[in-house]
Amino acid sequence: MSSTNNYILGVYDDEDEVLHAVSEVKSKGIKIEEVYTPFPIHGLDTALGHPRTRLPIAAFMFGCLGLVCAQALINYTMVFDWPMIIGGKDFFALPDWIPITFEGTVLFTAFGLVTTFCISNDLYPGKKPEILDIRITDDRFVMAINVDKNKKSAADIKKALKDSGAVEVNVK
Amino acid sequence: MAGHSHFSPANVEEHFEFSSEGKKRIIYGFIAGIVALIIGIYLLSKGESGGHEVAAAGHEAANAGHEAAGHLSGGAASHQPAAEEHYDWTNRIWANVWLNAVFFTGISVVGMFFVSLQYLAKAGWSSVLKRVPEAFPKFLYVTLPILLAVFIFKGDVIFHWMHHGVTEVGSENYDKIIAGKSGYLNKTFFISRLIGFGAIWLILWNMLRKKSIEEDLVGGTEIFTKLVRIGVAFIVIFGLSSSMFAWDWVMSIDTHWFSTMFGWYMFSSWHVTGLAIITLTVLLLKDKGYMSYVNENHLHDMGKFMFAFSIFWSYVWFSQFLLIYYANFPEETIYFLERWEGHNKIYKTSEILNILFNFFFPFLVLMTRDAKRTRIFLMIACFFIISGHYIDFYQMIMPGVLGPHGGYGLVEFGMLTAFSCAFIYVISDELTKASLVAKNHPFLIEALHHDI
Repeated sequence: MSSTNNYILGVYDDEDEVLHAVSEVKSKGIKIEEVYTPFPIHGLDTALGHPRTRLPIAAFMFGCLGLVCAQALINYTMVFDWPMIIGGKDFFALPDWIPITFEGTVLFTAFGLVTTFCISNDLYPGKKPEILDIRITDDRFVMAINVDKNKKSAADIKKALKDSGAVEVNVK
Repeated sequence: MAGHSHFSPANVEEHFEFSSEGKKRIIYGFIAGIVALIIGIYLLSKGESGGHEVAAAGHEAANAGHEAAGHLSGGAASHQPAAEEHYDWTNRIWANVWLNAVFFTGISVVGMFFVSLQYLAKAGWSSVLKRVPEAFPKFLYVTLPILLAVFIFKGDVIFHWMHHGVTEVGSENYDKIIAGKSGYLNKTFFISRLIGFGAIWLILWNMLRKKSIEEDLVGGTEIFTKLVRIGVAFIVIFGLSSSMFAWDWVMSIDTHWFSTMFGWYMFSSWHVTGLAIITLTVLLLKDKGYMSYVNENHLHDMGKFMFAFSIFWSYVWFSQFLLIYYANFPEETIYFLERWEGHNKIYKTSEILNILFNFFFPFLVLMTRDAKRTRIFLMIACFFIISGHYIDFYQMIMPGVLGPHGGYGLVEFGMLTAFSCAFIYVISDELTKASLVAKNHPFLIEALHHDI
């Protein structure tokens, strides 16, 4: 959300109302950028038409990577570099390694996923929060509409928001 | 919200109709199973279908393992599975009755466990489909008497510790280890556990079922509170009894061997099979046009349950295996040795299929969100889980009872078909006795709007 964008914010005080407002505003051909809420609202993602997150695919990839890395490390240390007999088993004692492989998979998935999530959401330690309206952390629901990305005029958008039951319409 | 507004639960009852054609088909299936069984038994009596030829070779391999085991553990344990001493071709029939009775007892009781668990957690989403698992324990009226009868009349076929003279000092069959376990493993105590816990299961189920149907007529939240109490009581009883029955019915077949994981292992196998059967029943009812209010969100939850408990089963199976493999005590490794390379390797294929069907296939099939919400993927997963856990129980029971004489043949196929058809008949009949939707369940509205 860079400062060059012009936002019109519709502020609502009820979660059902904002949910209805989303479909109403959309039906007028207005593109909604995002809706900010203090808590999750069931059906909001579907109403907004957001595509599903691709994070599970990333998780699977990181998991595969972790599995390969764990196996590579154990194979290199236990079979090639310094073969050791433990408990009378073969050098290549696969059942013994499954817990470690599992842990490696989980570790890579967890760290990889958190990192991916932070990068894709432009988050990093020390980042200043960009909050459009401080009340979205309390009891208000805010629909943000980017004027530059819409064909409708600012006045039309404001009117549509008011009609859909917004208690306030702000410009930012 | 979208899609649900037309359904108002307060004035809707949906009754499952068990059509005479459906009844006929199931009875034909049952008869086909029995015919296959009879042909199988005939072939078995002629010695044409059993693994008699492989038996001789299998004998040697198994004996070599046993001798090594006995040797290394200081001669204390002479591992002789029941089958090797006095084998009779009819043993395979009784082993199969036992296998199916244990398997279907598990599926039936998991219906009760599932409903109790939902009440214990005060879960809302499952109230749309709770009438399905609620009907399952009816089949306990069939399986528990079968278990009791087989134990009383043919117990010495199944259990090593039931053999004549194993606990009598001075007898040629005297076995010090089994004699040491006779405080727990004796006929009276075994039968009292079976009858005692079985009766408590049935009493609690009858109470739950009665109250649940009463709720349809009366409404209010008072009955819900009572149902929660029954559920909690059952969970406590089941926690104890499922472990004990695992030791009694399955682990004590290999009397010398023991595993502290076994109660969990068998419970997880029962549970995931029960979950798959619940899902499959709901899907089939939906195919027939019932339960339109069960949508992909509820199926998604059932899919997650199956996925999670397949992994739980794998975790428990592997934990049991890994400790035994790692510690490498002969008296423990004999269990896996017997299944992997003993008896001329006749159990090796099943052991591999066991892991493939119960871990890898459900894990890969049910991994994505869309798969858990799609009918066909759930069907595939149910197929793998149900057949996989039949194989799992086969692996638990057959090597100990039959040793080198086991195998997959018409006897196995016929017995499984007969039991399955009986199960489907009894459960379908029980489903007709109450509305498919528990219309006065306090969480029904929440469940109808379930969205994940």
